[in-house]
Amino acid sequence: MASAKRIFLGYMLSIIIGIFVGLAIVRFKYLDENVSPLILGLQTLPSICWLPFSILWYGLNESAIIFVITIGSTFAVSIAIESGMKNINPLFVRAARTMGAKGFSLYWNVIIPASLPSIISGLKQGWSFAWRALMAGEMISATKGLGQVLMVGRDLADISQVMAIMIVIVILGVAVDKLIFGKMEINIRQKWGLDKV
Amino acid sequence: MSVVVENISKSFITKNDTINTLSNINVEFHKGEFVCILGPSGCGKSTLLNIIAGLEKETSGRVVCNGKEVKGAGPDRVVMFQEPALFPWLKVIDNVEFGMKLAGIPKDERREKAMKYLKMVHLTRFQNCYIHELSGGMRQRVALARALTLDSEILLMDEPFAALDSQTKNILQLELQQIWLETKKNIIFVTHNVEEAVLLADRVIVMSANPGAIKKEFHIQLARPRQPDNIDLAYLAADIMKELKEEVEKVAKAEFDTNWTSKKDLVLPDSDSDMGTGI
Ligand SMILES: Nc1ncnc2c1ncn2[C@@H]1O[C@H](COP(=O)(O)OP(=O)(O)O)[C@@H](O)[C@H]1O
Ligand SMILES: [Mg+2]
Repeated sequence: MASAKRIFLGYMLSIIIGIFVGLAIVRFKYLDENVSPLILGLQTLPSICWLPFSILWYGLNESAIIFVITIGSTFAVSIAIESGMKNINPLFVRAARTMGAKGFSLYWNVIIPASLPSIISGLKQGWSFAWRALMAGEMISATKGLGQVLMVGRDLADISQVMAIMIVIVILGVAVDKLIFGKMEINIRQKWGLDKV
Repeated sequence: MSVVVENISKSFITKNDTINTLSNINVEFHKGEFVCILGPSGCGKSTLLNIIAGLEKETSGRVVCNGKEVKGAGPDRVVMFQEPALFPWLKVIDNVEFGMKLAGIPKDERREKAMKYLKMVHLTRFQNCYIHELSGGMRQRVALARALTLDSEILLMDEPFAALDSQTKNILQLELQQIWLETKKNIIFVTHNVEEAVLLADRVIVMSANPGAIKKEFHIQLARPRQPDNIDLAYLAADIMKELKEEVEKVAKAEFDTNWTSKKDLVLPDSDSDMGTGI
């Protein structure tokens, strides 16, 4: 299905870019001071606002929608990675350093696993941004996909088609949220013992 | 093979103040020696230990470890903290193997050694648990096993038993003595507890506060393993306590800022007034 392919591509791209941006901000103080406020500002821009820009840039095609999806969720992912890594328990890092961890091995063995809970909630948030951006993009500029079918329903004044598609959108969104991210979260919370009452 | 602390001073610069935490510390730790650094809370014990560990930078002076100046943290000076600092995303056995994994030791060798040290702290049954499933004392024992696996000659401990209840603490103190007798590491052990210091150490270094400096050294030549109820230990503890009492009051005065005055026998009865002990 066209929608699935788009969101898969767009979301994967946003994760990759988000991780790089997040890591770079954590690693380099200069970037942190100058780029972080910019990202925070861009995050408040609804992804649909990127559509005119992206249509002008790419034309009315697949790339335009994927661009909107990517840009819609990249910032959420990078902010989550940044704050997750900044807020880990400093004791973990100190202990690891006395056992000989530094540079890449410190990131790989300690900082990334320690911030995994917040990284996953960032990815989850990124997913919901991506899903919204997909629908918005498809409604305006696509020739197939869920959003476009929704618009066809409107043009035909077919309320049952419109409602049906809306329900499908909700169910798909919830399903991914619960089945993929929900599982990961439960798994981590159990390991860390965060669910003890 | 030793750690030499030469003229270490440390000041912290905060927004509106400069705090001189350590001033001109000179001390030497020898191979295989168990040394306790004893002082009131806030006198700079942790700061000194962190400087030796390379986790904190000194303001002046230097630390020389086995002939080489300390430039940063490293696995030749493993630290055990007051909190266990174990990783919640790893099982007990993987936590114990962590340092060896960083050092690139092959899997089989790692596992074998981790099991040996888990056995030493009596926790082999719990190797596949996650950290949150263990009690505070068990966590600290895992941290000890993890520190031992790196075969460093120097082990730095910062009040590792201070957060534990007293029964657990006693058990761990005895285990640590046993482990030290077996491994003969140079242990530098920070504590604010006099009884703990005399129980464990060959040498107790008493620190004074504001600024932190070395006040006096005591050599303790009693047979091991020592038991906490040993009467000679009680004598020594009373001796050292006298030295410490003054410092505790000094810190209390500085920290409570209003005109806090100590009643004479608040901290510990003078040995004159305590005629019964030891008869
Ligand atoms: N990061 C810091 N910034 C400012 N002051 C500090 C810092 N760390 C320690 N200090 C000061 O150093 C003093 C000694 O601290 P510390 O070494 O933790 O004492 P101890 O371990 O003996 O209880 C404290 O009273 C505090 O004023
Ligand atoms: Mg301390």
